[in-house]
Amino acid sequence: MNALFSAASRAFVSRNLVVALLAGVSVSAVAQTRVEDPWVRTTVAGQPSSGAFMRITADTDSTLLSVSSPVAKDVQIHEMSMTNDVMRMGPVDAVPLPAGKTVALDPDGYHVMLMGLNGQIKEGDQVPLTLTVKNAKGETELVKVSAPARAAMDMSHDHGMTH
Amino acid sequence: MNEFLTRRQVVTGMGLLGLGLLAGCDGSTTALDFKYGKDLSNKIMGRTFKLTDTDGEVKTLSSYRGLMPMVFFGFTQCPAVCPTALARAAQIRKMMGEDGKTLQVIFITVDPERDTPQVLDAYVKQFDPTFVALRGTLEETAHVAKEFGVFYEKVPAGNTYTMSHTATSFVFDSRGNLRLGLSPSLSAKQCAEDLLTVMEVC
Repeated sequence: MNALFSAASRAFVSRNLVVALLAGVSVSAVAQTRVEDPWVRTTVAGQPSSGAFMRITADTDSTLLSVSSPVAKDVQIHEMSMTNDVMRMGPVDAVPLPAGKTVALDPDGYHVMLMGLNGQIKEGDQVPLTLTVKNAKGETELVKVSAPARAAMDMSHDHGMTH
Repeated sequence: MNEFLTRRQVVTGMGLLGLGLLAGCDGSTTALDFKYGKDLSNKIMGRTFKLTDTDGEVKTLSSYRGLMPMVFFGFTQCPAVCPTALARAAQIRKMMGEDGKTLQVIFITVDPERDTPQVLDAYVKQFDPTFVALRGTLEETAHVAKEFGVFYEKVPAGNTYTMSHTATSFVFDSRGNLRLGLSPSLSAKQCAEDLLTVMEVC
């Protein structure tokens, strides 16, 4: 069911993109989404998935529809929540990006799951990510970022640590 | 990062109460007064486990007697709370200096179907080479989770699954009595302070 939905939404996205291109809308004119500090957690040999994290700010009320990357067979957006020390995790269809508000994809909330990795992600690797963002007018934008891989031990971006 | 805690600092803070607590090592489990964590001294839980380590050896709680085991349940494909908790545990160990050598971090997988011994071993050792990982069959995993009151479940995610699970770190004293539950929201320093309280008792 989930797979069906995401396949359907991907098809929808690409059609919108084609429409945007045919309409002659230049990429820069719709480039309204800013991505800051993207990073991916390194993996050990044989570990089949990892997480990608970043901060996203859209100029208009937008929605992050999907993320893709050549390093993984399946890229999903998950949301983590913590209640009474129980961590709950699950996929979401999209992430709302309210105008001007910076939305953090971090280990404490939404994050990108790189599942079915094609290989080990090592410290210093640059992981290409493409975000598909839809703005309030229904126009879709592809945002390409290169996320450096950081060691799992790097706690500077994690929660609950003393600095 | 350069914060170090010593037992003396914590004992001074405990004052008179500490004197009564020292009696705890005779096997009784007097309730403890932790500053940040949850006292589990009188809980009927986490009293035993029998699982296999990444070398294929069967381990029980008594395998770690004399050490202060800190047990965390998780899975290696966990993007957030597991690496955060293990990185915190590594930081706690460093922060405690010599006392930290007593802390034995034990990672129990709730995903034995995907977490192979090889991946588990490499996964925990990237945080600290002294960390160990334990794994059971599906039945053993269900049993140990129940023993600790740990919740876990598979969550469908596309063609695969992710997992939800309890993120508490469970701490035993050196006699194997369960003592302390540490929330994932606590800092390394807060955890270290409570761990030193456990060490003062036994």
